Amino acid sequence: MNTHENLFPKLGKEALLTFCVSLVLVGPISGLVLEGFTFRNELVHAVLIAAVITAGRLVLSAVMVTPFGRRISGVLSRSGGGVTVRSGKERSSLPLLAVLFLAGLALPFVADKYFLGIAILALIYCLLGLGLNIVVGLAGLLDLGFVAFYAVGAYLLALGSQYLGLGFWSALIIAPFLAGLFGMVLAFPVLKMHGDYLAIVTLGFGEIIRLVLNNWLAFTGGPNGAPVPPPTLFGFEFTRTARQGGTPIHEALGIPYNADYKFWFIYLVLFLVVCAVIYAVQRLRVMPLGRMWEALREDEIACRSLGVNHVFTKLSAFMLGASTGGLAGVFFAVHQGFVNPTSFTFFESALILAIVVLGGLGSTVGVVLAALVLTILPELLRDFAEYRVFVFGVLMVVMMIWKPRGLVRVTRPAFFPSKSAEPTSSPVPSANAEVSR
Amino acid sequence: MDFYILAQQLINGITLGTIYGLIAVGYTMVYGVIRMINFAHGDVYMVSAYVAAIVLAVISFFGIQSVPFALISILIITCFVTAVYGWAIERVAYRPLRGSTKLAPLISAIGISLMLQSYVQIAQGARDQGVPILIQGALRFGGEEHFAQITYMQAIILIASLVAMGILTYVINHTRIGRQCRATQQNRQISAVLGVDTDRIISTVFVIGASTAAVGGTLVTFNYGSFNFFIGFVMGIKAFTAAVLGGIGSLPGAVLGGILLGLTEALFAGYVSTDYKDVFAFGLLIVLLFFRPYGLLGRPEIQKV
Repeated sequence: MNTHENLFPKLGKEALLTFCVSLVLVGPISGLVLEGFTFRNELVHAVLIAAVITAGRLVLSAVMVTPFGRRISGVLSRSGGGVTVRSGKERSSLPLLAVLFLAGLALPFVADKYFLGIAILALIYCLLGLGLNIVVGLAGLLDLGFVAFYAVGAYLLALGSQYLGLGFWSALIIAPFLAGLFGMVLAFPVLKMHGDYLAIVTLGFGEIIRLVLNNWLAFTGGPNGAPVPPPTLFGFEFTRTARQGGTPIHEALGIPYNADYKFWFIYLVLFLVVCAVIYAVQRLRVMPLGRMWEALREDEIACRSLGVNHVFTKLSAFMLGASTGGLAGVFFAVHQGFVNPTSFTFFESALILAIVVLGGLGSTVGVVLAALVLTILPELLRDFAEYRVFVFGVLMVVMMIWKPRGLVRVTRPAFFPSKSAEPTSSPVPSANAEVSR
Repeated sequence: MDFYILAQQLINGITLGTIYGLIAVGYTMVYGVIRMINFAHGDVYMVSAYVAAIVLAVISFFGIQSVPFALISILIITCFVTAVYGWAIERVAYRPLRGSTKLAPLISAIGISLMLQSYVQIAQGARDQGVPILIQGALRFGGEEHFAQITYMQAIILIASLVAMGILTYVINHTRIGRQCRATQQNRQISAVLGVDTDRIISTVFVIGASTAAVGGTLVTFNYGSFNFFIGFVMGIKAFTAAVLGGIGSLPGAVLGGILLGLTEALFAGYVSTDYKDVFAFGLLIVLLFFRPYGLLGRPEIQKV
């Protein structure tokens, strides 16, 4: 009872403080809009924003003291740590995966060109998220310059075709190696660093790549960018008339021309690559290498004392992550038909990081879902496009406060002794056991 | 003749460097007490540039002509508003994350950085903004054709930075709050046990960091005359480079690192290439961290298990 009697003065004080602080915060920036050397008075606007912030804070505090609010906050903060260990008795998710795979393959035949474009973009971000997830989610190395490897892949195709005559397929094979090489170059100086230093150095690396691409006019075309040749399949082209000396694919197959064939092709190849990468990541997670990544993320000192080669482990995470980023870059370049440095700013790195964080650091399903949501949602909310970055920022902060481990809880398969070797008495983890990380 | 060009680059470099130093103070102090990089610090600096320009616009709207009065009141108001930003950011985005995972505060800081940038962009527009030139003229050395000059604005930057640094050094070394800051920096838990309100000290550090960034932001704005919502990003990385260069966690180190970075950058821009001066600064950061991970004046952290 006592708490309720004290509630109102307390809430009032809180409201007053919030209102004053938010007025100081938004007053000058929202209330007095610069116009040349003078300003436009929009103080009413600022007071309204401050009032909204105060009301939001009050509602939040008021809800939090009710039993319902406590239950909500309890639910939200419950799965903060830990992983779900599978018992091995769950139904196999194979049928579901097969259906999803077939649905993915069938998408181009039902979707229109606009939707297919979004789907390609979403899959590119899936690929980027999966790559960064290896580095940040599994190995726990915060990489803020991931976009550099994306740029390497994209520019490999653009400049490779310009100077070396590379095509889409050769670029697709070379890109992971080249990006992996860049990853290694970056990884060597950063292996000794931890946490925050690593973040800033990778950020600096990403900016260096972008600035070089932007300033080296003679080689990269600078801010004007570089054209990217359209893709080919077995030498067949997707244009109406052959431009690269081959045969257009519709003539070879004897079907009517459709400008969408190119996007169908990009989508299908990309989809298969994403599936392959998901499969590879899932396998890696149960392999010794993947387990070493996760162990190193949790406690580097303990790992090293147990003989884990931390240099090799970190290096492999960096290189595999970078390779995946390079692959994504090739698809981005071929989809756009043109690359320039503005596609590879720090915001892209932050966006990919947001995908990994929202999905749940280390969770493959989460990353794929987050990539789909974060690319499709802005398309649906085109009217609010200017608030997109703001909403991303808010989401990142809120997620870190309420669910620092991401939305999707990490699950991990349990390991059992083989049935022939051991009869029954071995301890088996109970279903969905909570194992503290 | 060459001598004057060199002297000019040195003057420009030192002025730029003191600004880097002022902003690096915020990184270094926050890192000292809570061991995190306040990624949003560069954007706090950006906000201070906007606030300074807005206050100037308001002052000239009321027809006040006195330049010293304008400059001082702009500095005070900008420091206050920016300090509130620093306080609020710590309160909203970092305090709930004490004891969370290692990556959480950093990601939250990136979120705040994006929020500030896009908020300012929405509220004030994406275009470049400008302020009128308040103080013109310069002290010249040398002849008519070849000379080096130090503009009055640059002189004011140097003096104001020196004063700000002096106040800060006094506060940290000779006051109760400063003693508590240093204690918290050495060991937060023990300080808390001994009766230091560490939460309040952390807030204070954010306030101090934001106000020194505001001094830097105001001075830069009136020196260069133009700014936009994106200036915080590059300035943030460079100031961080300065902090690391001097040894993160060390106040004199931040200033030394700032001046060193400003000097080398000005010389690089003057003699090698202006296009690549940012590449040079970031490259310097990587190379430096490779060879001296704890900076010039920093002490290695001993990991205890």
